[in-house]
Amino acid sequence: MHPFTYAPVADAAGAAARALAGAQFIAGGTDMLQLLQENLVQPQELADLNGLGLAGITEEQDGALRLGALTRLQKAADDPLLRERCAVAAEALAASASPMVRHMATLGGNLLQRTRCLYFRDVSTPCNKRQPGSGCSALEGENRHNAILGGSEHCIAVQPSDLPVALVALDAEVLIQGAGGAERWVPVEGFHRLPGDTPEIETVMQPGDIILAIRIPAHATRWRSHYVKARDRASFAWALCSAAVALRLDEEGRVAELRVAAGGVATKPWRLMRVEQELLGHRLDRDRVRLAAVWASEGAVTRPGNAYKAPLLQHTVERAILELGGLA
Amino acid sequence: MNAIIGQPVSRVDGPAKVTGHATYAAEFSLPDLAYAAMVLATIPRGHVRSIDRAAAEAAPGVLAVMTHEDAPRLPYKQIAQRPQVDAQSGEQLHVLQDDQVRFNGEPVAVVVAETLEQAVHAAELVRVEYARSPAVTIFDAKQGRPPGEGNAKAGRVPELGRGDVEGAMAEAPVRVEARYVHPREHHNAIEPHVTIAHWEGESLTLYDKTQWVDNDRKEIAHVFGMEEERIRVVSPFVGGAFGSALRTWPHVTLAVMAAKRVGRPVRLELTRRQLYMAVGFRPHSEQHLRLGADKDGRLVALEHDVVQQVGRYEEYAETALSPTSHLYQCDNLRARYRLVEMDTNSPCPMRAPGVVTGVLGLEMAMDELAVDLGMDPLELRLRNYAEQDQQKGLPWSSKELRACYETAAERFGWARRKPEPRSMREGGTLIGYGMATAIYHSDRSGGSASVALTGNGMAVVRSASSDMGPGTYTSMTQVAAETLGLPVDHVRFELGDTNLPYAPVHGGSITMASLGNAVVAACQAVQTKLAGLAQAAQQGPFAGLAENAVVARDGGLGRADGSGPVVPYAELLRQHNLGWVEAEGSAQPGEETKKYSSAAFGAIFVEVRVDEALGTVRVPRMVGAYDVGRVINPKTARSQCIGGMVGGLGMALEERAEWDARFGKVMNANLAEYLVPVNADVAELEAIFVPNDDRNFNPLGVKGLAEVAICGVAPAIANAVWHATGRRIRELPITPERLLG
Ligand SMILES: Cc1cc2nc3c(=O)[nH]c(=O)nc-3n(C[C@H](O)[C@H](O)[C@H](O)COP(=O)(O)OP(=O)(O)OC[C@H]3O[C@@H](n4cnc5c(N)ncnc54)[C@H](O)[C@@H]3O)c2cc1C
Ligand code: SF4
Repeated sequence: MHPFTYAPVADAAGAAARALAGAQFIAGGTDMLQLLQENLVQPQELADLNGLGLAGITEEQDGALRLGALTRLQKAADDPLLRERCAVAAEALAASASPMVRHMATLGGNLLQRTRCLYFRDVSTPCNKRQPGSGCSALEGENRHNAILGGSEHCIAVQPSDLPVALVALDAEVLIQGAGGAERWVPVEGFHRLPGDTPEIETVMQPGDIILAIRIPAHATRWRSHYVKARDRASFAWALCSAAVALRLDEEGRVAELRVAAGGVATKPWRLMRVEQELLGHRLDRDRVRLAAVWASEGAVTRPGNAYKAPLLQHTVERAILELGGLA
Repeated sequence: MNAIIGQPVSRVDGPAKVTGHATYAAEFSLPDLAYAAMVLATIPRGHVRSIDRAAAEAAPGVLAVMTHEDAPRLPYKQIAQRPQVDAQSGEQLHVLQDDQVRFNGEPVAVVVAETLEQAVHAAELVRVEYARSPAVTIFDAKQGRPPGEGNAKAGRVPELGRGDVEGAMAEAPVRVEARYVHPREHHNAIEPHVTIAHWEGESLTLYDKTQWVDNDRKEIAHVFGMEEERIRVVSPFVGGAFGSALRTWPHVTLAVMAAKRVGRPVRLELTRRQLYMAVGFRPHSEQHLRLGADKDGRLVALEHDVVQQVGRYEEYAETALSPTSHLYQCDNLRARYRLVEMDTNSPCPMRAPGVVTGVLGLEMAMDELAVDLGMDPLELRLRNYAEQDQQKGLPWSSKELRACYETAAERFGWARRKPEPRSMREGGTLIGYGMATAIYHSDRSGGSASVALTGNGMAVVRSASSDMGPGTYTSMTQVAAETLGLPVDHVRFELGDTNLPYAPVHGGSITMASLGNAVVAACQAVQTKLAGLAQAAQQGPFAGLAENAVVARDGGLGRADGSGPVVPYAELLRQHNLGWVEAEGSAQPGEETKKYSSAAFGAIFVEVRVDEALGTVRVPRMVGAYDVGRVINPKTARSQCIGGMVGGLGMALEERAEWDARFGKVMNANLAEYLVPVNADVAELEAIFVPNDDRNFNPLGVKGLAEVAICGVAPAIANAVWHATGRRIRELPITPERLLG
């Protein structure tokens, strides 16, 4: 652990200035403290965002839901509005971590959680994400946790958060305030980046950027949605695989709109467009859903340790759609 | 007075623990305490080429940086007879004594600073260059070799058996053969290992996490070439250990060296990640079994080979063959035990060391045999019930395993099980029932205790034992209270200090059978002493009475003939102007091992629910019935058993070190990725104790109650998974990739 100072910040502008001067932000601290303890990051200063007043979930005039970046996961999981209108997000949150962690962890921090790749977390081993150019130990190593989609020869680390997977299915956007004070909206689907040959760059966040809020647009709040998570134990484990589904049926019961996204299997929350296409315009029935779900692992690159994720992904997607469609 | 033994007394140390008043090793606050942090090697084998310590030494707060270059050369005297918890041959790690690296994670430097954070930071600044040598980091069962003489002598035999296995196997109408793999596991007690070393002149006090203060003292005395009398070890509370705190690990030596170097008390606490390298673990094992049976299911031949990993600098081995040697009746038996040397830190005992491994293979193979025979798995066990210990040729001191089977099966509803796999389901979920037998040999050792009766009516009972969680404080209090005839809250039991009378190791499930009898003896000794004082006195109620005329009864002394009142101890002390009276007592194993074989037994029944599509297994209920002899405290005993069930659940479904052979290292070395069960994994657990009182084994009638509770759980779950799915997963843990693969 590197020595650092601690400074609570009172406004976003001040926070940005500190970040540009070498500070890193801390919100709930549930990931940051691990990063510090394992010596994975060496900030000169920890700028505490908890005083920014960014917590809370509100309904906007057009019916969109706005989730403040500092809202705790548990608060959001319990929020009646979110549970009623965006079940997939509430379910993803309730299935995240443990009650203790959820009471500390924040939504903004969750979007930025670093990978759980075993090598990233152990400074004694090579890792391109932690130390660019040092090599990727996971490719030929213990990679049962690693990605089968979206990887590169430089990195196959999973973005491990549950919430963003649900947010992709809800067409959600992230509100970011830049260092200069300008605000911009970024779709969650475009928020995380593929590793390519720069796995150390994980998101579109720029130095000094602060996440202010997440917005779920009005149209998505009218969809029915659902989250299914497969994990090693019944609670307190990251997803081996997860599926988020949001759906609108037309009057005839045909799929009018559909979003399917997967977590735990890819280097970023992974939209499964092909699965969506297979079902759009059709009534949901078991066979069609099963056949559509087979497309989920299209393009997967597997290794001995994570090959199981290909069938698991198909099954998880199938399960989520069937359950949502009342067919399970 | 009502019996106290057998009552569900709540933990006497419970209030202190939940209110934070119980002082664990790390929490002793000493003036001027400094903090140490270790630098661990990052290669599996080789040597240190150079160490750049300049940045560390210049870092704020740093008091000392010590490496093999400047550490004192320590005598490391041989201990004449190695304690049973140590490796039985080879050399224990001589920490910072040379430039060699024997495994990934061997300490190569230690930094001492004013604060913990400063020490950790400076340790990260130490730059070490290594020269790597080829290392053996892949487990290859074919490389197995027999354990050496030291281990064989200590009961970790390379081979045992009887009869003609090959002949009988060839003729057996039904045969099964299978191989089982069990990965390296780590104890992961909630309290990390920690030592505070405090020198005062030539005397040393250690506040340590240990299951055996006396051994700690002896080890450090030998390492440093000191007289034992100069060392005191204090360890009143242990936050779980499961065997990891039986030995004295190298970091204790480091703390002692560091404290000497800086001339201040030093605390050295291992991080969670370091616990995977700096203390031991349950070794990876692979086993191969062949079972031959006649058409009625009687075992006619049994062959069992167990191969385990071992470190290269010393040889730690386990009694993995013990369950196979005597769990079932079988005239033809051959079991072999082999070790594969690897460049790793040394393994060590972890709850039911070896036995849990042997039981796993045997009980999974028995299930496979039952399937081939078309026989109920429980019926198969009953047909092969061992009425005596066939290997030793001795009767059991007691054995109520049949009652365990019956009680647990009934309670579980085993009769509802449909024999066909995949035949029970609820919606899309497959349901499986499985069972297994548990056994753990019962041992005793010598120990002593003292009892002081005080003028205010209290009894203070002392012995240098430990309570890593089973409830020793409470159960020993009950034994003393019952023997003295005092209420529980008039008795205080003290442990965890080398200044107290000698106690044997707090491990191997021996504590109550060993020390419990010493506590009884000490209580009786103090009663006799008080009676003697009263009889020898000039006046008082018992003055001048003959030796046998005064007996202890109901918390005091009275006349043997029942006439006259009982005079409470405290009143007698007052009458004789005594502040207190104290006596010691001890107990040693007797002739019982010549006459009997002793073991605790259990029968475990479990239900699993398998979600085949997602590859997940959940365990909604487990029922275990146990023969552990007499139960001193059913409440703490139940805690032991349900704790064992949870441990077994972890073993079956979650626990595994993810070992990377390129680095010779456990990669998931933290509690976020090394999974153990959480509350949501654990549903209904029921532990039943079948009545027994094993006076053949020891006067208290108890057997061991700790390790038996984890034996049999994992195979029962694996067997239930087969029943649910028709798939025999022979490698633990049973995780989604194995069910989907
Ligand atoms: C054992 C364990 C299990 C877990 N299991 C799961 C799980 O199953 N699913 C899951 O999704 N998560 C899981 N988590 C992760 C947890 O949800 C995240 O750690 C948490 O959401 C991070 O939020 P935080 O507020 O604690 O972030 P912090 O740790 O405070 O910060 C994390 C990162 O985000 C940055 N940051 C935080 N807020 C902002 C902001 N507003 N603007 C800009 N930057 C910001 C920080 O600088 C830091 O880099 C688990 C965590 C643990 C410890
Ligand atoms: S997968 Fe990515 S995070 Fe993991 S070792 Fe490779 S580069 Fe590092």
